[in-house]
Amino acid sequence: MEHITLLIAIVIATALVFDFTNGFHDTANAMATTISTGAMKPKAAVAMSAVLNLVGAFLSVEVAKTISGGIIDEGAGVRPEVIFAGLVGAIVWNMLTWLLGLPSSSSHALFGGLIGATLVSVGADGVNGDKVMMKILIPAVAAPIVAGVAAALATWLTYRLGRGLDDRTASKGYRAGQITSAALVSLAHGTNDAQKTMGVITLVLITGGTLGPGSGPPLWVIVSAGLAISLGTYLGGWRIIRTMGKGLTDIQPPQGFAAQTGAAAVILSSSHLGFALSTTQVCSGAVLGSGVGRKGAAVSWGTAGRMAVAWGLTLPAAGGVAAAAALLADQGNAGVTAVALLGAAACSSIWVASRRKPVHADNVNDVEPAATVSTVTTASLADTPVLAAGAPVGITVTGAANAAVLHPPTDPAPAPAATA
Amino acid sequence: MNIDWVALGTVFGVSVAVTVGLVGLFTVGIVALSRQEGAAATGNSVLAARTGAVACFGLCLAAVTYGIYLIVA
Repeated sequence: MEHITLLIAIVIATALVFDFTNGFHDTANAMATTISTGAMKPKAAVAMSAVLNLVGAFLSVEVAKTISGGIIDEGAGVRPEVIFAGLVGAIVWNMLTWLLGLPSSSSHALFGGLIGATLVSVGADGVNGDKVMMKILIPAVAAPIVAGVAAALATWLTYRLGRGLDDRTASKGYRAGQITSAALVSLAHGTNDAQKTMGVITLVLITGGTLGPGSGPPLWVIVSAGLAISLGTYLGGWRIIRTMGKGLTDIQPPQGFAAQTGAAAVILSSSHLGFALSTTQVCSGAVLGSGVGRKGAAVSWGTAGRMAVAWGLTLPAAGGVAAAAALLADQGNAGVTAVALLGAAACSSIWVASRRKPVHADNVNDVEPAATVSTVTTASLADTPVLAAGAPVGITVTGAANAAVLHPPTDPAPAPAATA
Repeated sequence: MNIDWVALGTVFGVSVAVTVGLVGLFTVGIVALSRQEGAAATGNSVLAARTGAVACFGLCLAAVTYGIYLIVA
């Protein structure tokens, strides 16, 4: 029993760490355009998003009965070690994509990690292939298209209707609209993503026998999951915010408003019409669409392409790391300890690498407009020691290219302030 | 394998309609607000413009409220 208790404690801590990375990874979804158009100051924006994430965590009592929506057959012998390995894979991939400033889906990282760990520990029977197609692959392709078309049409319309508006009224109006729709996205994010971690922790408690089968999450689980995701959100994933707010296209307030409203509408309608789409892909698609919809706006398709590559890699990469972790974790206590240490080492080295070119609240908007920064230089290869984290070799190309986007030579000397 | 095209199509249609509708409504509201200020400056009646603005923003507010309801429910 002693062993089980300790293992479960480790898994819970890991789930909260994942929740935390989920928070800072997804701040950009709600707040990138709000920050880059200057509708809100960076710190105020992440603070509002954090509070709404926390509120969102408490709002809904409809906890997912299965952590993975049926993708993994949780009855087929999924043990705490498997969930632990899956979480480690998801965390490492989230850290890596954050370092590269790429908005990839945290949910897909979690699913990928769980799938990879299950394949190794339980076998192919534990994974439901049809569900993977229906719940991950098709939505991944559909989300940016739906959100992109909606945002592009809305952007075109708002510029057309708003011709000849005086600047003062327009900027006041668009500012209010942007803040409102960003708030909705934050709230929806809190209810969805904090619940995922609650589901993981609850499942672990049930498999460990601490909770009876079919129990809901205890209050301390709700509170700690809500706090972890809000803390992550408040830290602000500035690297990803910069990519989404400045890297894809040069966003003006009407575009920010159209993109953010489109994102809120797509997220809410899709989750309530039975075809849930990933928040990250919806928001990135909406930002791209708003670039397409404004005449004369430059869209950096290179950055968009790198994002698409990251989306494609999320499932296999998180799965690969998790599969390796599951192999180790299956070796008993020493294996679990080794996975924990290796995971911590990978995260620390990624964090240390991020300190070389920190992005924070004070410099998040200091970047050239999208069209001029997409030049790729080989010199930046040295900035991306990503292999240390066990990523597939293919990503280094993406990494080098993206580092060039995020850190153009004109970057002002960064101040050593708190970053994320 | 069974792709639920109907659900996907519905999501597409509803998302695009709601986004374009709301953004359009909100923009008309801003235009009306701007007209109201223009009318006030020239001494003309502000009633029509003000009613329009209130109606547009009211509908947007209703949509946001419904959105919050969807999140909570």
